[in-house]
Amino acid sequence: MIKVNEKIAIDHGLKKDEYKRICELLKRNPNITELGIFSAMWNEHCSYKSSKKHLKKLNTKGKKVIQGPGENAGVIDIGDDDAIVFKIESHNHPSFIEPYQGAATGVGGILRDVFTMGARPIANLNSIHFGSPSNKKTKSLLRGVVQGIGGYGNCIGVPTIAGQTSFDESYNGNILVNAMTLGLVKKDKIFYSKAAGLNKPVIYVGSKTGRDGIHGASMASAKFDDKIEEKKPTVQVGDPFTEKLLLEACLELMRDDSIIAIQDMGAAGLTSSSVEMASKGKLGIELHLDKVPCREENMSPYEIMLSESQERMLIVLENGKENKAKEIFDKWNLDFSVIGKTTNSKNIELYFNKDKVANIPIDLLSEEAPEYDRKWKKSKLPQKIKFKKKDFKNLKITEVLKKIISSPNVCSKEWIWEQYDHTVMGDTIQKPGGDAGVVRVHGTEKAIAATVDSSASYCYAHPLSGGKQIVCETWRNLISVGAEPIAITNCLNFGNPEKSENMGEFVECVEGLNEASKYLDFPVVSGNVSFYNETKDKGIKPTPAIGGVGLIKNYKDMITMDLKETGNIILVVGKTEGHLDQSIFAKEILNEKKGPPPEINLFNEKNNGETVLKLIKDKFIMSAHDVSLGGIMTGIAKMCIKGKKGVKFYKFKGLIDKFEYFFSEDQGRYIVEVKKENFEKVKKILEKNSNHYDLIGEVIGDNISINNEPTLSVDKLTEFNKNWLNKYMVN
Amino acid sequence: MKSSVIIFPGSNCDRDMDVALKKFGFKNKMVWHNDNVIPKSDLVVLPGGFSYGDYLRCGSIAAKSNIINSVIEFANKGGLVIGICNGFQILIETGLVNGALLRNKYLKFICKNVFVKANKTQNKYFNKIKKDILELHIAHNDGNYFCSEDDLKLIQDNDQIAVEYCDINGEVSEKSNPNGSMKNIAGVFNKKKNILGMMPHPERVIDNCLSSNDGSYFFENLLSNMK
Repeated sequence: MIKVNEKIAIDHGLKKDEYKRICELLKRNPNITELGIFSAMWNEHCSYKSSKKHLKKLNTKGKKVIQGPGENAGVIDIGDDDAIVFKIESHNHPSFIEPYQGAATGVGGILRDVFTMGARPIANLNSIHFGSPSNKKTKSLLRGVVQGIGGYGNCIGVPTIAGQTSFDESYNGNILVNAMTLGLVKKDKIFYSKAAGLNKPVIYVGSKTGRDGIHGASMASAKFDDKIEEKKPTVQVGDPFTEKLLLEACLELMRDDSIIAIQDMGAAGLTSSSVEMASKGKLGIELHLDKVPCREENMSPYEIMLSESQERMLIVLENGKENKAKEIFDKWNLDFSVIGKTTNSKNIELYFNKDKVANIPIDLLSEEAPEYDRKWKKSKLPQKIKFKKKDFKNLKITEVLKKIISSPNVCSKEWIWEQYDHTVMGDTIQKPGGDAGVVRVHGTEKAIAATVDSSASYCYAHPLSGGKQIVCETWRNLISVGAEPIAITNCLNFGNPEKSENMGEFVECVEGLNEASKYLDFPVVSGNVSFYNETKDKGIKPTPAIGGVGLIKNYKDMITMDLKETGNIILVVGKTEGHLDQSIFAKEILNEKKGPPPEINLFNEKNNGETVLKLIKDKFIMSAHDVSLGGIMTGIAKMCIKGKKGVKFYKFKGLIDKFEYFFSEDQGRYIVEVKKENFEKVKKILEKNSNHYDLIGEVIGDNISINNEPTLSVDKLTEFNKNWLNKYMVN
Repeated sequence: MKSSVIIFPGSNCDRDMDVALKKFGFKNKMVWHNDNVIPKSDLVVLPGGFSYGDYLRCGSIAAKSNIINSVIEFANKGGLVIGICNGFQILIETGLVNGALLRNKYLKFICKNVFVKANKTQNKYFNKIKKDILELHIAHNDGNYFCSEDDLKLIQDNDQIAVEYCDINGEVSEKSNPNGSMKNIAGVFNKKKNILGMMPHPERVIDNCLSSNDGSYFFENLLSNMK
């Protein structure tokens, strides 16, 4: 057996002083299996050692929160004994190395997190970020990731209902793939990962264990360099078919009370699942590794403990339920093996052919895991750019619109989401491409809306404002489809926490999102942190992705953004100040990348959102869309495209320049379509609630027509919107 | 009217089909692939999904499953059998209908609404539907219909083309062909027209709040023929 020393520990990703501490805590040197276990559990990915201190401050409580962070996923109450289980997770590093399998297993992992809790998955979402379109790797990475996400989600039969795709050169060497899943469960049938009781059988179910993914969790916390290709063997390979069987088998076993605790084998496989279940139950656990079903010959205890083979679960059963459980897994043709039991030793004890191969107090792996207070640097708010009239002098609104609507970050992503099955399960009532995806709660009148958002350039310009902004945008997206926002999940994608700038971005983004989450009573119920997103020492832009979930009490009250009827009028709710810094307009048209992101006024955000939601519920709003990238003009253009209808703008009479009015990205605004005969009533409600509004035009014909400008047909606009990605991917 | 939906490991439209059949008045039973006999039924449905993970070839392993002999026997006696999407692939693998389903022309999974023209002559699936063009939904990776020249002549001569992709006005052209299928074929009958295999999913479009409601015509018509 290999004798462990400091060098081997460092090769496992541990720091010198961390290895020293392990020896002190154990009062001896670990053996190689034990070292492997420590390196996996003390790794950033499993221990949250750099982020824990800051995550503790998050707003995680609320009237509708059944389970906050700390479990496989968060759980919220949606009434009538129904609950929604949801979480978002990153699979960035594997996806860059092997896009198809990386993305596919990302989807597989998050699905397992959700059905582990007893919930049937009902919707998938994703947030994916690629390098500049001109980077030679971007196209193949995008193709691979999209096929991987589709390949897994389509096969397992869960609709992918919404998502987000962005391009930015900061992801050239480190793409982001974040996958989110929502599941539906009865409130009294939720399963947790806390083991309880002594001498309870520990069973292993699902796929066999192979050598794939060994040290995947350490790889996820490593920086990339030129040798990344060598890491390919650490990427796991997914089998959605087995996952589908595992899903059905687990849900079948969950019908009665055979299961005490259940945990999927995700990052760090058998190691983290067994340690976490025992640790939560304050118990010990004894495992006989020779009983683990293996796919390859001569696997060592070290390999078995660290394998990240997919589609596996660890379950603590009630005594005497083994046969019944085995019958179910046999029916679904899945491996089933009793591999150990719970003990009162408070240690993890591993045996292999009767030899004891590891014995570690569980506390050392969980509670004693390092926690760092990393140095971080505060960001300054950048100085505002003074845009001048002459900057806009030669511009035409319609020309600018054409350019923006076909730009990579604004254009239609239909090429992507048409490859995802978004209608299986028969309950999708709002497909991708809208502000949020919506599915009915099967067999009821309720519906669930979900969205995922991020704004890396705002976060990069000023992390505190950026953090707030994303939470607000998520909130607005839910309101725009008529849903009452309930809670969020976050996927915090950042650079190297050992660098004070990157750590500062993390700390301040978290602070910002926490502030908004508190103010809007929009708690965080689950999440994941992904650090070390950097290549050759260059970090990505800070990219927290926020997944939001909301409830529509009666699905018939849901609205979409497509313009509905000629003659209706268009209002913008919320004040337009003309903030162009960090906007798509500034970047794409004026080539100005500096300046602060738009300011967040949480009072207005909440007030405008609540009034719009009330107007939707009262049936005054025919279509709605939140104002985000590209401002009012881009927002209206999208509503025209979706509704195949034109808009005539009234004569512009603002105090600011028309380009500032139409393309600024001020926050807290909605575009809404209202019937003319309801205008007076709507006006009264808006005035009563002190919501600023502008009446800007009406639905008519099939062109966008603006005073003193050539008209632009909606057909042409649609072409501009759809063509960029299609052409990019075909050429 | 009694129907049976077969569940293969990897089927994922079984529940959707069950919901649809019940909505329109069928008494539906779910049947496990390992069973040997289908219960007494007026209609048997092979649902969509990825039976046996689509391994080897879409539908090929399901075509050798325990239950399939009973399905073949039922079909050969003139019983009504529908295969949707993966179910269509299985029907082809069993030889109950002719042809092959290749990878989509642009090598992509496609999920979207499509318009189809249905064949209304001498069959119980589409005969009395009032609409000429139906808006249904496809979601597949391997739906590119292909058959030999001889088979094509045979199915054309026997009027076995069941559904064709078209545009909103009913025009059947390359432009309205989503996946490269020969002659825009979206579905075919067997010679006696008691067996229907098609790629579009009627069960996903059975309510105005879904992407279309035209699947309702299909189920209503089917039921009206069976009473």
